[in-house]
Amino acid sequence: MEHFEPEIVAFCCHYCAYTAADMAGSKRISYPSNVKIIRVPCSGKVDAIHLMKALEKGADGVYVAGCLAGDCHFKNGNVRAEARVNRVRKLLTELGWEPERVAMYNMSAGMGEAFAQVAKEFTETIKKLGPNPGRTGAVDKAAS
Amino acid sequence: MITAEQKPIQEIIQYIAPYSKILLVGCNECVTVCAAGGRKEVGLLASALHLNHLKQGKNIDIREITLERQCDPEYVEELAPYIDGVDAVVSMACGCGVQTIAARFKKTPVFPAVNTRFMGASVSQGVWSERCKGCGDCVLGITGGICPVARCSKHLFNGPCGGTSNGQCEVSPDIDCAWRLIWERLKELGMESRYEELMEAKDWRPGGAGGPGTIIREDLA
Repeated sequence: MEHFEPEIVAFCCHYCAYTAADMAGSKRISYPSNVKIIRVPCSGKVDAIHLMKALEKGADGVYVAGCLAGDCHFKNGNVRAEARVNRVRKLLTELGWEPERVAMYNMSAGMGEAFAQVAKEFTETIKKLGPNPGRTGAVDKAAS
Repeated sequence: MITAEQKPIQEIIQYIAPYSKILLVGCNECVTVCAAGGRKEVGLLASALHLNHLKQGKNIDIREITLERQCDPEYVEELAPYIDGVDAVVSMACGCGVQTIAARFKKTPVFPAVNTRFMGASVSQGVWSERCKGCGDCVLGITGGICPVARCSKHLFNGPCGGTSNGQCEVSPDIDCAWRLIWERLKELGMESRYEELMEAKDWRPGGAGGPGTIIREDLA
């Protein structure tokens, strides 16, 4: 666990978080390489199944980064994304998984620092939670 | 449409606990529209079951399939090539679909993944409300298009009870008094006289009180 480096998937909206990540790069602001970015045309494009499949395939944490409240390029995609994230968090709780493995963040295209800060915070959260329970479950079974 | 809600995930997990090969079957009709058991929900439930088993270090083989209609034998027949290769079927259709599968495949257990709720209409995105009880003798032509069977908590036929308060039902302030709605609608239509016409005691037999219903269309059967 000491050397645990989580795999994190970040679904980033093209109009805000993805550009914010670009901004972070332009400003030479570093953020953890654990975060693997998937660009989406809008955070509202991210469905519950995408978050679930990421966890099923071994991601230790997943987050969606969309536009600030009221600023969605497509009106309310970020609101829909947040509702889906909350739904998945509830489902994970019912399954005995930590709901903190899935999160929603909001930022604008100019918030490079915020993007890096979110990436760092989420990576730390997942490091504390430990690896994906699906992977440890398989290990437990092999050991027994 | 027939509305449904997914069962608590732990109840579904308990149903399938003894089995390792599951056929998870959705339906493209009503339960797709009310987001309870369509292709999307089949994928999500399969993923949730996979996560549950992964955490326990167990393997589960889930085959996902969504039929055009689960309440029609001709579509349920599409499951025949897969049924021998699975231990159990989990159906995400309404109770009609579950029973159609159970009737066709007698040796394979079938479990419901949703609770069938009511015949309802879409009020807004993600909100469905009960509109029909299937009473077998529609009175909407008399009541201004608002159903006192489905929408009055007591299924009253001749005006509101004493429990109506500020136009709302005594069962819950969130429920509109159906007879308030009927009266307002009749007034809008200029058909207030309809309200004065007494309705006789209803024969509930066509709506289920006479035993399970069957419709036989001789020109089609």
